[in-house]
This record gives sequence, structure tokens and C-alpha cells, in this order.
Amino acid sequence: MLELQDVSKSFHAGTPNEVRSLRGVSLKLNAGSWVMIIGTNGSGKSTLLNAVAGTFFVDEGRIRLAGRDVTRWPEHARAELIGRVFQNPFSGTSPNLTIQENLSLAARRGLTRGLGWGLKSSLVSRIRDEVRQLNMGLEDRLGNAIGSLSGGQRQALTLLMATWLRPELLLLDEHTAALDPKSADMVIALTEQVIAREKLTALMVTHSMHQASSLGDRLIMMHRGQIIHDFQDADKRRLRPDDLLGRFEEVRRADQLDETAAEMLAANYV
Amino acid sequence: MGLLIATFTIGLILALLSVGVFISFRIFAFPDITADGSITLGAAVAATLLVRGMPPALASLAAFLAGAVAGACTGTLHTRFKINSLLSGILVMTALYSVNLHVMGKSNVPLLTQTTLVTQSEQIGTKLLRGAMTLNLAGWDVTVRDVSVLGAIGLAVLLTGSLLYWFLRTDLGMAMRATGDNVQMIRALGVNDANMIVFGLGLSNGFVALSGALLAQYQGFADVGMGIGMVVWGLASVIIGEALVGGSQLGLTIIGAVMGSVLFRLLVAVALRWGLSPNDLKLITAVFVFCALIAPRFFGKRSLKVAHA
Repeated sequence: MLELQDVSKSFHAGTPNEVRSLRGVSLKLNAGSWVMIIGTNGSGKSTLLNAVAGTFFVDEGRIRLAGRDVTRWPEHARAELIGRVFQNPFSGTSPNLTIQENLSLAARRGLTRGLGWGLKSSLVSRIRDEVRQLNMGLEDRLGNAIGSLSGGQRQALTLLMATWLRPELLLLDEHTAALDPKSADMVIALTEQVIAREKLTALMVTHSMHQASSLGDRLIMMHRGQIIHDFQDADKRRLRPDDLLGRFEEVRRADQLDETAAEMLAANYV
Repeated sequence: MGLLIATFTIGLILALLSVGVFISFRIFAFPDITADGSITLGAAVAATLLVRGMPPALASLAAFLAGAVAGACTGTLHTRFKINSLLSGILVMTALYSVNLHVMGKSNVPLLTQTTLVTQSEQIGTKLLRGAMTLNLAGWDVTVRDVSVLGAIGLAVLLTGSLLYWFLRTDLGMAMRATGDNVQMIRALGVNDANMIVFGLGLSNGFVALSGALLAQYQGFADVGMGIGMVVWGLASVIIGEALVGGSQLGLTIIGAVMGSVLFRLLVAVALRWGLSPNDLKLITAVFVFCALIAPRFFGKRSLKVAHA
């Protein structure tokens, strides 16, 4: 389904601020797999998602998606295959457009857009049905600007938009991190529903050890632009939040060791 | 009374300019200075073609297309070559000055004997009223010619406004609005935002050039200096319009841009009548726009509360 081969990406290359965000990442996802990605800050989790989405082109490596080599596809072209929900609830919707206009834009994700009427009555009634199932009472406010809604409501609608046309791959970038706990639970429940119902392949970045251990069928842990752990199937099911925290602690210790060792070497020999 | 009608007519002609400015400034949040050049381009193309004997409707259409090309150039400079939005507009506007001189062949093209949309609507109006020269309008005697031109321009603006309203609610038009609103989202939904900006600025400057074409036909000449300060003029109209209609509903904002243009023209006419020197007009316009731009910062907190209530 999704295949990354030795993908590398540096930002500010050739300057003192060079950051090697991805260092030879290879990853192969099976269709219908739901993969959690965790890692420390700056480990490259979001960069990995953005590389797949096409926010930038990778420096090295290939990205194949649904049987096609999308390495040099621009972001808007990859949108034909990919649905996305962002960390910022304001990123996924157009605030000055109404709820139904936003959804009707999503109904043509990756398709050509011409002079056809945007809000066909058949589409609007389908939008009303789908929005009613969110149980937020928004079905009677379809003509309101989406900017007037709360972050949780906007994130739920963004999820609906990302999956309105079944995407080959769903990218979730810490999509509950900016929400209050109640909204976060609601969005997670909706996410589980839609992934199960549509049998979606999904990549989800999260900071929540609870989400990481309880959701999905595979978990990868990233550190310094590389995948350092990959738990699948039975291994993944056995994982508990404490195990993950333990792994983070290991990483932290290893880092400290590296730094103190480097300092010692510098003190003694330089 | 004739003066009032003339004021309304020019206000409506310039409403097309403010609709164009509305598209670039409000829909795309793109400060597009190209309009200063493209309004003259529209006038120059229309006037030159009229002198060559082209039918007025076709000449005006050609002006629209010329403006659209100019706007698309600005959009291309910005999106393909990553030039700052303001600078892209300035480059094209500057280049257009020479282009306009080349189109006209001199700095001023008079339209004295040519058939124009204005003379055509005068003829139609006279025919409709069976040759009457004056008309009693709410107690005032007005010439049929003035009224016919006003009516024709009003119809033209109504038609363009409705077309734009329809267009902005099609799949393509909605994608265009969303591009200005949230570019990250519209890319994630598969829209090439660069193409949208090129297309949108083309549309915007098409309207601006059409406004110039009508203005040239109305005042009877095209002049290479007629575009100076027109962006600010359009922006002033858009701001007044927003204050007039209040809401941010799409239809209302378009109506607002039209009403704002007419009202602003009226205000200017009154000010000139009261003895404002025409030399100060641009200065006053700029100061007005400045005040309108900073006003939300002083009254912002209050109006925000109102909006949330």
C-alpha cells in the first residue's frame, strides 16, 4: 500500500542550522493497517507524515503509494490518494466558508472542479445525514461559517472531510493534541469508527501513550530521524503505556550517555 | 440633477473596479497593485479597438481579456517565481504603463464620433421612450440620454455581479474562495493553489479592465494616466461596502462592493462641490483608507464582542 525506501530529508542543508529530520527511513504498510507513530520532539514523526503528504520533496529515497511512485508528485496531486487531519483544528477547514461548502469541497478531493453547482441538493442532503451522525446538532447549522465552531467540532468535520471520498491512506497528525479531553475522546471514537467501517490504511502520529498502546495494529517509534522500534501484531497488542514510557527512558539514557561520553572525550583529548 | 446621475453612473462603472479589488484583496488577501495598470489597459484596448471600428461589445470583451492576461502575469510572477505579492503587482503595473502607450500609440485616445456602448444605450433609451428628450423623474427633469446610460450600466453591473455570485458558488469558485481562506486545507483537498491564484487575479483584473473600458467610453477618452491611485479607490469602496452591509455573507459582500463604490463616488462629488481641490483628492482617499484600515484596531474589541453575542 504505502512503501518508503531509504527516505532522507534535511532542512537548512549546508548551513550551521542543518537538521537531518529523516535519515534513511524505510517503511512498508499493508493495506488496512493502522500504524501509530510515537517519538520524542524533533524525532521526525511529523516530518515523516509531511513527506508522505508531499508538503516537501524528499532529498533521497522513493515513496510508493497504492502502486504508484509518488516521490515527485506535488502535494495537491497526492491529495487524490490521501486524506489528512492536522494537529491544528483550524488547519483542516476553511473558516469563512459554511459547513456545507467545506464538505462539498471535500466531496471533490482530487477530482476536477468545473462550473458545476457546488451545493447540489443531493449532496446537501447526504451532507446533512452524515453530519447528523456526528451527534453535534450541526445538521441544522449547515449554512453557518465553519469558523464559528469549536476546535472539537471542526476536527470532527475535518475527519469527515478527509474520509468523504475513501482515501487510499489516511494521515492523522496528532489530531487530538490541541483538543480538550472530552473532544479528544469524541474525535478518537469517530476515528476508530471510520477506519473500521471503511477498512482504511492509516498513519497516526500521537503524543498520548494511551492512544499509542490502545489503538492501531502496529506501532513505530522514531528517534533522531530514524525508526528505532517497530511493534506488530501480537507484540503491539501486548504493549502497555508503561512499556512505551520505558522505551522513551532508554532513549533518553542513551542520549545522555552519548553526550557525557562526548564531553569526556572533549575534556580529555581536545 | 444631471450631475447626480453622472455621479451614480461613474460610481457604478467603478463598481466593477471595486468588485475586482474585492476578489484580489478580500478573497485572496492579495494586495494587487496591478489594477492601477489594468484599468488603463482596459481603457486603452477598448478605445483603440473602437477607433479601428470594432463593435463596442467586442471591444469591451477584448479589454476584459487583456486585463485578465495582465492579472495572470502578476499571479505567475508570484506563484511560479516566488516574487513578493506586492512587488509582482508593481512590476506588472510598471510594465503596463509602456504597454498602454504602445496600445494607444499616444498618451490619449479621444472617442468623439465612435459608436460606443454609451451611444448605443442612448439610442436604445431614446427608442424605448419614443424620442422624448427629457423625462420626469420624481419631480426632476432629466435627459433621457443620461437615464439610459445609467440604466444600461446598472444592468451591466447587475449582470456581472450575479455572474460572479453564481461563479463563486460553483465547485471551481468555492475552491477559489477556500484558497484565499486556508491554503493548507485546499491543497490537502487536491487543488493546485498556484493555478487558483493565477486564475483569480486574472478574473479580478478582467473586471478592473472592463471597468476601465466602460469608463473610457463614458468619459469619451482613454488616457495613460487615468489609472493612478485606482487600487486605493477600489479598496476604499470595498471598505465602505463592508461597513454598509455588515455581514460576511458572500452575496452581501458583492452588493457591498457595488454600493460602496457608488457611495464613495457620491462622497467625493459632495466634497468637490463643497470646494475640495481636485488636487487633494488622492491624498484624501489615501487618508480615508488609512483610517478605515486602522479603525478595527481601535474598535476591534467592541465589534468582536458584538460578533460573538
